Amino acid sequence: MSRLSVDRDACRGAGQCAFNAPELFDQDEDEGLVVLLDAEPPPGLLPSARRAAEACPNRVIVLAEAPERGERG
Amino acid sequence: MERSAVPFPVHRDDPLDPPAEYAALLDGPPVRVRMPDGSEPWMVSRLADVRAVLADPRLSADDQLPNFPHVLPLPPVPGALSFLRMDDPEHARLRRTLTAEFTVRRVNLMRPGITETVDALLDAMVGQGPPADLVSEFALPLPSLVICRLLGVPYRDHDFFQDRSAESLRTDITQEEAGAAFGELAAYLDGLVAEKEREPTDDLLGRVARRVRAGDLEHAEAVAMARLLLLAGHETTANMIALGTFTLLRHPDELDRLRADPALIRPAMEELLRYLTIVHRGTQRVTLEPVEVGGVTIGAGEGVIVALAAADRDPGAFADPGVFDPARPPGHHVAFGFGAHQCIGQTLARLEMEIAFARMLDRLPGLALACAPGEVRFRDSVVYGVRELPVTW
Ligand code: SF4
Repeated sequence: MSRLSVDRDACRGAGQCAFNAPELFDQDEDEGLVVLLDAEPPPGLLPSARRAAEACPNRVIVLAEAPERGERG
Repeated sequence: MERSAVPFPVHRDDPLDPPAEYAALLDGPPVRVRMPDGSEPWMVSRLADVRAVLADPRLSADDQLPNFPHVLPLPPVPGALSFLRMDDPEHARLRRTLTAEFTVRRVNLMRPGITETVDALLDAMVGQGPPADLVSEFALPLPSLVICRLLGVPYRDHDFFQDRSAESLRTDITQEEAGAAFGELAAYLDGLVAEKEREPTDDLLGRVARRVRAGDLEHAEAVAMARLLLLAGHETTANMIALGTFTLLRHPDELDRLRADPALIRPAMEELLRYLTIVHRGTQRVTLEPVEVGGVTIGAGEGVIVALAAADRDPGAFADPGVFDPARPPGHHVAFGFGAHQCIGQTLARLEMEIAFARMLDRLPGLALACAPGEVRFRDSVVYGVRELPVTW
């Protein structure tokens, strides 16, 4: 399983995460800081997880991808 | 002998493209540029370098520091530009008082209201035309109405603050003139915020005023914040809508594609943001210690111009960067900046643009320029755009 983690202290709330991957991220009501909805994104959501991690301007989102298990593996 | 520094800012030859002088620099490491006052800050223009610089706390956004490369004609006043010109933790403290107002969830709640506003403006424009000036009838009133409603600024004052904020961003007037416009806007918002401190209203500035009453925020901080939001909230979006429309009309094949497939609206928005990157003088920083950027060591206390518009045309980051392609696969432009200061209102700006373009294309199938493209006049401002856009339909 790939794993997502976030560092809320570094978040400045511009919302690229919730915009790019609303299934995986939200922002809290009080401070607009990132809330991780799913720390183990299903394979179908990996592209949006990657996009959110890459787009986050503060490098708050870390995606540790599980090595691919394919026929060649 | 070292090559002499390129002058900055450079003027655009083609209104839709960054200055040709940038082209030679796009593939390269940071170079020195020469400002009108003779100083020679660095300019960083590759996308990877721009992202690295903007995410690096060793570069400061504090415009009070020596060697800060100013591009606005305004005399620097401490705190005048609010947290835009502060570093963490001060920046984070002030920004956090606003982040909850601009979450994706909160902004999405504004969709019906924005759609209604867009339709009402289009109704009024259609009722009086054709032709019409898209800037004064649509592109400018839309974000003005939206930001007024959000902040709790009376829209009846819009002529006053639109005019003063445009003046304060112009680069072809004197420091005194720009400073006077900025001062009048400040005085107006000072009064408005004070009123809300006496009687908090149910709007963004009302909530900010409550924080002042509770002692979490100083009055002057609230006023600077109001000014930043009001100015950034309408100048940028207005120019993206007007210049974006001009761009679409200059690319009829792409426009047809967009009309045929509404799902393209969102990627087309991102492409317009990338292609136009209207904060065309970029953003500025000053180094707090020596920093290595793209193979060059920039010493401590040096000014850095972060050329956002150049980065968004970086051939190392975007295939055929000079081509406007609304179906371009999602990339990561820096039209909203990067790092801690990345635009707080970007979700709102995207939503306004998306609805504005979708409704406009839908309701005005015959939309066309009502003048020769060469007659369109451009703004001499830190936010790039058109002065008027005569259209017919
Ligand atoms: S994109 Fe990054 S900085 Fe912005 S809200 Fe999400 S996690 Fe926070």
